[in-house]
Amino acid sequence: MRKCALEKINSVFEEIAKSMTLYLPVDGSDGKAAFTKWENGMEWSDALNTTKSPKDFFFPQSEDLMKFKTEGKNIEIIDTRDEKEDFAVFGVRACDARSFDILDRVFLTEPYDSFYASRREHGIIISVACNKPSETCFCTAFGILPAEPGGDITAWKDKENLYLCANTEKGEALLEKLEAVTEECTDDSADTIKESIKKIAEKLPLGSLSTDSFGGGKTDEFFNAPEWSELSEACLGCGTCTFVCPTCQCYDIKDFKTGNGVIRYRCWDSCMYSEFTKMAHGNNRLSQKERFRQRFMHKLVYFPENNDGIFGCVGCGRCVSRCPISMNIVKVMKKLGGKSE
Amino acid sequence: MNSDALIPKIGVITDVRIDTPDIKTFRVVTPDGKKAFDHRPGQCAMLSVPGVGEAMFSITSSPTNEEYMEFSIKKCGCVTEWLHSAEVGQQITIRGPYGKPFPVDDVFAGKNLLFIAGGVGLAPLRSVINYCRHYRDRYGDIDIVYGARGREDLLDYNEIIEEWANDAGVNVHLTIDNPQEGWDGHVGFVPNYVKELNFTTDKTAVLCGPPIMIKFTLDGLCSLGFDKTQIYTTLELRMKCGVGKCGRCNVGSKYVCKDGPVFRCDELDELPSEY
Amino acid sequence: MQALTRKQLIDKAVSLLDSNTVSAVLGWKRGEFDYDITPAVFTSADELNREFIWNDFCGANFSKYLVSKTDRLEGKLLVFLKPCDTYSFNQLLTEHRFDREKVYAVGIPCNGMADIDKIKKITGDGISKITDNGDNLIVETLYGDAPVEIDKADVLAERCINCKSKKHVAYDELLGEDGEVISSNRFDEVEKLEKMTPDERYAFWQNELSRCIRCNACRDVCPACTCEKCVFNNPASGAESKAPSSSFEEKMFHIIRAFHVAGRCTDCGECSRVCPQNIPLHLLNRKFIKDINCFYGEYQAGAEVGSRAPLVDYTTDDIEPCDVFNGRDTDA
Repeated sequence: MRKCALEKINSVFEEIAKSMTLYLPVDGSDGKAAFTKWENGMEWSDALNTTKSPKDFFFPQSEDLMKFKTEGKNIEIIDTRDEKEDFAVFGVRACDARSFDILDRVFLTEPYDSFYASRREHGIIISVACNKPSETCFCTAFGILPAEPGGDITAWKDKENLYLCANTEKGEALLEKLEAVTEECTDDSADTIKESIKKIAEKLPLGSLSTDSFGGGKTDEFFNAPEWSELSEACLGCGTCTFVCPTCQCYDIKDFKTGNGVIRYRCWDSCMYSEFTKMAHGNNRLSQKERFRQRFMHKLVYFPENNDGIFGCVGCGRCVSRCPISMNIVKVMKKLGGKSE
Repeated sequence: MNSDALIPKIGVITDVRIDTPDIKTFRVVTPDGKKAFDHRPGQCAMLSVPGVGEAMFSITSSPTNEEYMEFSIKKCGCVTEWLHSAEVGQQITIRGPYGKPFPVDDVFAGKNLLFIAGGVGLAPLRSVINYCRHYRDRYGDIDIVYGARGREDLLDYNEIIEEWANDAGVNVHLTIDNPQEGWDGHVGFVPNYVKELNFTTDKTAVLCGPPIMIKFTLDGLCSLGFDKTQIYTTLELRMKCGVGKCGRCNVGSKYVCKDGPVFRCDELDELPSEY
Repeated sequence: MQALTRKQLIDKAVSLLDSNTVSAVLGWKRGEFDYDITPAVFTSADELNREFIWNDFCGANFSKYLVSKTDRLEGKLLVFLKPCDTYSFNQLLTEHRFDREKVYAVGIPCNGMADIDKIKKITGDGISKITDNGDNLIVETLYGDAPVEIDKADVLAERCINCKSKKHVAYDELLGEDGEVISSNRFDEVEKLEKMTPDERYAFWQNELSRCIRCNACRDVCPACTCEKCVFNNPASGAESKAPSSSFEEKMFHIIRAFHVAGRCTDCGECSRVCPQNIPLHLLNRKFIKDINCFYGEYQAGAEVGSRAPLVDYTTDDIEPCDVFNGRDTDA
C-alpha cells in the first residue's frame, strides 16, 4: 500500500496526467459533480455520486461506429475506429466499479464489442471508498462493499491521506509510476477508515433491502403481478432512470447524413421509451406499464438468469434521487419482494 | 484492428424479382461476386442502406446455394421501401448470419415435415424447404401448406408449382383467402385449411406467418393432436444490433436475434407473453 | 410549514370519496424518505391514511396527469392543486386536453416547496429524517451529528422563491385562504442573460445545455407538452433523436421545445425541477414570457380558460415583425 498526503494530491493527478488523460469528479457550475478531464488547478470533488455515471467512458452516450461514402450505386464503408489512448478514471465509487463487471458481461461476451473492448483495454479505474454513503445508497444489498471498492487501484481517504492499493497488473504499473509522489505505508493503514465505513454501511436505511425473492427463473412469479400497474402508474416514460443508471446498456443505431456522407452512430436508448420496440408492423410493448416492467424484470430476473445470478443493479441510488416521480428499483423490490414471502 | 459485428460488408444486388405486388426478392453477392457468408436455414442477416437505416431479414435462399443469397422483402417501412426502388447493381451493406437456425441436421433428420406459411412468412421457410429438398433422402414426406390473400400474393409461385410440387414425396397445398377468377385451388384461411387437411401427428411442423395466423394454426395443430414440442416457429421483433446486446428484442431472458428467431413452441410458452 | 395539514387533506378526500362526489384521488404518496414522494391515485380511506402525504416536498404538478388519469375513469377524480398548478390546469382546459366534468379540483394554499438538493448542500448526504417545526426544517443525518435546523426560506425551490401567484385561478372548492398574484422577481435572471454579450450568452447556454443527457424528463413532465406523439419520438418525422449528433443539436432540442410551448407555458417550473442535470430550463421559457409581455402586453398563460394567447391571436395592434427584429423595448 502507498499513501499520499491530501494536500499533495494534485501531484498524484499531475503524475498520472503525464502519461494519460485523467478524468475525475469536479464540481460544476450547478454545484453537482461530474467527471471532467483534469487540468492543473482543478479540484477533485469528494461528492458521492456524479449524475452521469462513469459508464460513459466505456459506453458513451453517443459514438460513431463507421462512415459511409456513396457514389452512384456504390458504397464505401470507412472504419472510423482509431487506436484509443490510455486514460484513467479517478474517484469511481464501489457501485460504479462493479457496474463495469456487469457491462463486461454484455459487451465482452461473443461477439465481442470492439468499441467497448478497446476502451476497457485502455482505461484504468481508480476507485475511492465511500466515507459517507448517502441514504439513497443500497450497494450492500447487492453484496458490494463501499469500504472495499474494485477497480485497478482502490483508494481510501481519511482526514490527512489518500491510501492506494493496486488490484490488477495495470494498477500496479500505474502505482509504480506514482512512486515519486507517494510513499510506502503498511497494508493496514486504511483499516480505521474501512472499519468506520463498514459501521456506517450497516446503518444505511436501504442497505437491508433483500434480493432473496428475485433472480433467474422467477419470470412466472413476477411477470403478471398486479403490482406493476400501481408501480408504473405515475411513470412519465422518460429516460432519466436509464440514462443515469450505470448498468443500463440498451442502445440504438442510427444514421446521420452529414451532407457528404453518412455517419452511423450508436447512442443510449431506453426500454422506457414508447418507440423502443416499435416495428413497421407493430409494437410488442404498447403500454408504459409493459415498458416499466421490462426494465425491472431485466435487472432483477432476466439478467441474473443469463449471468450466474448476478443482478443488473449495483445499488448506486441514482434512480432513487433522480427519478422525476420518485419511483425506482427499491420501491419495486420492496413491493414485489415482500409479496412472495 | 479486429473486426466488429456491427461493421457490415458491402453487398451488391444482382437480381431483383417482382414476386407479388408488395414483395420483391433480391439476390445479393459481395462485390467480387461471392456469397457474403455461409448460413444455416432460418438464420437472418442485417441489410442496410446507409442514410436510410438497417433492418433484419431472413435469408430465403438455401445454404446449399453456393453462389448467392436471396431475400424476399415486403414493402412496409423506410428500409424496405428504399430497397423496393433499388435497381440491379445497387450496393447495400450486409452483416450476419444471425440467430439460431432450424435444427435441420438433427431434430428434423428422418422426420416427416410439415411446413405451414402465410404471406411473406414463406421467406424464412423457403430456405429450409429447399435445404430439405436438396438433401431429400435425409427426410421423410414433406407437406407444404401455403396461403396468401390472393393468387398474386403467393410468393415464389413459379418455384412452388414447377419445382416443389414435382418432387417425389413433397405435397404442396396452396390456399388463398377469397375466391378469385382463374383460381381453382383451395380457398380459405391457412389455420382452417390445416385442420381440413387433417394431418397425422407423425410430423414435425414449422410455422411462419402473421402473428394471428401462427396463433390459430398452432391451436389447430394442437387440436389435431400435435404436441408443442413438435412445432417450430420463427419470431420477428425489432432488432438493431443482431448480437443480443442492444436490448430491443429481449423477451424474458431470451434475445430473439441470438437465442431465436427459431423457437420450439413449447419454448415460447416459457417466455412472458410479449412477443 | 404548509398552511393545511396532511390530516385536513385526507379528511377532505375521504369525505368526497364517502359522498361519492369522486371515485378516486390524485395525491402525493410517501416513499422511503421524508422528501421521497410519488404521485399516486388513491381509492380508499385506508390507502389515504396509510400513504397520502402533504409536506414541503409535494412539488409535483398533477395537472398533466389529468389527461391520462381521467381517460378511462368511472366517476370524478379529485385533484389537489397548489396555486401554480391551477394555471397549468386552466391551460390544459383551454387546449381541450381533459374533460373538466371528470375532475373535482380542490385548491390548496402553498407556502413554497423545499429543494432537497439545497438541503443536502447544507447538511451533506445521508439524510435520515426531516421534520417541520413551523418555520424551520430539522434535518437529521446518518452521521450522528446534531440535527441541523434550516430556515425554510434558505432552501426554497427556485420557482417558489420567484413564486408568481398564491392565487388559485381554478377550483371547485378551496381549502384554506386564497392568496394574491405576486409581482415576483422572476425575470431578474432573464435580464442578466439579456445584458450579456452574445458570446457570453452562448457560453452560458453551452455550459448548461452540454450537460443534457437527453432523458426527455423536461418534456415528459411539462404540462404544455401533451402531444400524442412528440416529433422527437417519431421515427417518421426525420427529427427523431436520442442523442445529439453534434453539440449544436442539443441546444436545438431545448430551443425548439421552448418555441413550441411559448405562449402556453405557465412557468410552473416542472422542467427545471425534474432535470437530473440541474439545467435551468425555465430561463428559456421565461425569456419567451418576458418577450411576449413586452411585445403584446402582459399575458399569463392559464390565468383564465379560453384566453387567446398573443402568439396565436391576431390584432391590428400587433407589433410589426421588423420592430421585433429591431428589439423594441426588449432592453427596457
